[in-house]
Amino acid sequence: MRVGFFVTCLVDLMRPSIGFAAIRLLEAGGAEVFVPPTQTCCGQPAYNSGDRADAKALAAKLVGEFEECDWLVTPSGSCGGMIRTHYSDLFRDDPAMLRRAEALSTRTRELADFLVNELHLERVPGRYECTVTYHDSCAGLREMGIKTQPRALLAKVAGLTLTEMADCETCCGFGGTFAVKFGEISARLADNKCQHIVNSGADAVVLGDLGCMLNIEGRLRRRGDHKTRVLHVAEILAGDAA
Amino acid sequence: MQVASMHFKERAHVKLHDALLQSNLKKMQGKFVAKRRASLIELDDVEGTRDAAKEIRDRALENLDVWLELFERNATARGATVLFAETPADINALVLEIAARHRVRKIIKSKSMVSEESSLDHAIEAAGLQVVETDLGEYILQLNDYEPPSHIIGPALHKSKEEVADIFARRHGTPRRTEINELCLEARQMLRQHYLTADMGISGGNFFVAESGSVVLVTNEGNATLTTTLPKVHVAISGLEKIVPTLEDVATLMRLLPRSATGQSISNYVDILTGPKGEGEFHGAEHMYFIIVDSGRTAVLASEVREALRCIRCGACMNHCPVYQNIGGHSYGWVYPGPIGSILTPMYVGLEKAADLPSASTLCNQCGVVCPVRIPLPDLQRKLREKTFEQHLRPWSERAGLRVWAWFAQRPVLYAVASKVGVRVLRWWGGKGGLIHSLPFGGGWTDERDMPAPTGRTFRELYRGHAQSPAPSERPRRAA
Ligand code: SF4
Repeated sequence: MRVGFFVTCLVDLMRPSIGFAAIRLLEAGGAEVFVPPTQTCCGQPAYNSGDRADAKALAAKLVGEFEECDWLVTPSGSCGGMIRTHYSDLFRDDPAMLRRAEALSTRTRELADFLVNELHLERVPGRYECTVTYHDSCAGLREMGIKTQPRALLAKVAGLTLTEMADCETCCGFGGTFAVKFGEISARLADNKCQHIVNSGADAVVLGDLGCMLNIEGRLRRRGDHKTRVLHVAEILAGDAA
Repeated sequence: MQVASMHFKERAHVKLHDALLQSNLKKMQGKFVAKRRASLIELDDVEGTRDAAKEIRDRALENLDVWLELFERNATARGATVLFAETPADINALVLEIAARHRVRKIIKSKSMVSEESSLDHAIEAAGLQVVETDLGEYILQLNDYEPPSHIIGPALHKSKEEVADIFARRHGTPRRTEINELCLEARQMLRQHYLTADMGISGGNFFVAESGSVVLVTNEGNATLTTTLPKVHVAISGLEKIVPTLEDVATLMRLLPRSATGQSISNYVDILTGPKGEGEFHGAEHMYFIIVDSGRTAVLASEVREALRCIRCGACMNHCPVYQNIGGHSYGWVYPGPIGSILTPMYVGLEKAADLPSASTLCNQCGVVCPVRIPLPDLQRKLREKTFEQHLRPWSERAGLRVWAWFAQRPVLYAVASKVGVRVLRWWGGKGGLIHSLPFGGGWTDERDMPAPTGRTFRELYRGHAQSPAPSERPRRAA
C-alpha cells in the first residue's frame, strides 16, 4: 500500500517533527510512505480568499504529484478537507481535471482517520503520563468526520487520561487569513477556547491541525500560560511528547 | 435601514469591549443551542425532514413566477389585493397609499424584518401618521429611539432586563420594575389601547401559500393575531422568496422552523390568514393587502448565491456562529446579521458597501450544519469572496501578499529556497523563548497573540537527508 504523504505547508515550515511522527506511525501500520518532493500547498489560502485562479493552479499541481499513490494522507483536517470536499468545485468547468481531482479526493484521508479505519493500528509507541483534552478542528470535524478516531488512538497511549473541555467543537477562531484580517475577533475566539482548555484542567491540548495549533498556542502564551502544552495528535501517538 | 456594514471592523471592536453587551451575549449563548438540540430529538427523522424542507424551498424557487401568479390569483379570489414592491422605497409608498385610501391615522405593526429594509416606521412618521410596534422586542427598540434590531427572531436579545426596565421607566413614566413578568405586563397594558384604536395593522409573513393565497405568521406573543385582525386594514409585507406551494409544504417546514429558532415544538401562535373578513365572519380585517417585495431578491435568484433564498429566517445560523456570539448583531451594520446576513447584506445593499462581511467568518461551517434548509453558508461566503477579489474590493496589501505567496508555491525550487530563508529569519526573531511577539505585516495576529516561531529547518530539508522515497522516475505506477 503506497501512501502519498502530504506534509502541508504549515508542518513543513513550522513544526517538521510532526511530519516525521506521522510517517513513523504510517510505517508502523504497514504503509509504504512516499513524500512527493515538489509538494508545497493545497491552495486553501487562495481558495478561501477568493483567488480562484491561484487555488486552481496549486490544486492541479498537487493532483499531479499525488495521483499515482494509492492514498493521500495528511496530518491536517483542513488541508484534507480542501482536497476532499473542495477540489471538485475548483474544477467544475474542467471535466478532465475534475475526473482526476475526484479520483484523488476519494482516496484522501486525514491521518488519525487513516490510522484507525484503514491501517487498523492496534498499538501506538507513545507513552504520556498526563491529562489531555482534544480540540475538534472545524474542517476535520465537519468536512472529514474526525471525532472518534483521534480519541480512540489517544486511548491507546499508555498513561494518558483524556478529559473533555466545554465546547470542544467550537471554532478556535483561526480561519486561515481570517486570523490576520480580523485579528481582534479571532483572538477573542481563541481566548474563549483557551479558557475552556484551562478550565478542563488538562496539562495539554491535543489537536489535528496546525492552524488551530499556532492560534491556540499563541494566545495561551500571550495570556501568560507557559505551562499548558499544545500538541499534534501525531506527536503524542509517536512518543515525541513525553 | 441606513447601511453601516462598511464599518464592520470598527463596530465589532466597540462591541468586543462593551462589557454590558458581552455579559448579555454570554447569557443567551448556550440557551438557543441547547434548546434547539433538545427539540430536534423529537423528530423521527431530522435529516430526512431537512432534505424535504430543502426540496420544498428549491421547488418554490425553481418556478417562483408560476407560484407567485398562483398566489396572486388565489389571494385575489379571496378578496385580498396583491401588490408588488420592486424597491424599498416602493414598500413605503405602497403602505402610505393604502393608508391614505382608508384614512388611516394610527398603524400597529407586528414584527417585519422586510419593513426594516425600507425603514418603514420612519416613512410612516414622516407622513404624519402614528406607528406602534407590538412585538415586545421591537416595542422596546422603538421606545429606545428606534435602536436597530440585533437578531432576526429576537430583535432586542442584546438587552438585559435591567436595560429594559430603564427604558420603560423613562418612556412610560412608570415606577421602575425589574421582574420580567411585570415588564411584560406593563408592555401589554401600554399596547392594549393601541390595538383597539389602530386603523391599520402591518405584519410580516413567514410564508405565502400559493395554493390558498394565505399568509402564515409564526409568533409567540399573540401580538400578530391582534395586529392582523382588530384594525380594519391588514397589510402583510414579505419577500417574494417566501412563497411556498402548498399548505402541506408549510406543515413540513413548520416541523423545523420553531425547533431551529427557539427550540419549541411549535410556536405559541401560528396564524394562517386568507382574505379579509367574509360575510357572516366575526374575526378579521375588512381589507387585506399583500406587499410582495423584490428589493434585490430576483438578482439573488439569478446569482451564484441563490441558495440563500431558501432561508426561512429561523436564526439558527447566527445562534450557532462563534463570530456572532462574540460581536452581536449590530456589528454587521444592517438588517440581517450573522452568516445569512453576510450573504444577504452584500447582495441587497451592494458588495462594495459590505465587502468585509463575506470574509468575516472562519468558515467553520457550524452555521451550515444547523441550517434547517441546508444552505451551504460558508460556500456562499466564499463565492462572494471571489467577487470581492475580482472587483478589487479588499486592501491591495492582502491581494499582493496572496499573489506573492501563490507565485512561490507554484515554483517548488524557489519556494524551497525562500522558505529555508524564511524559517531561519523567523526562528531568529522568536529568540530563546521561541515566540514572536510582533510581526511587521502581521499585526492582526500579534496584537493579541504570540506567533510560535518555526524550529529553524523545513520538513523538506530534513527529509531529503533520509529520503526513503524513490525519485519520481522510479515510482511504480498505480494499478489501473
Ligand atoms: S440561513 Fe438557515 S439557519 Fe440561517 S436563518 Fe436562514 S434558514 Fe435559519
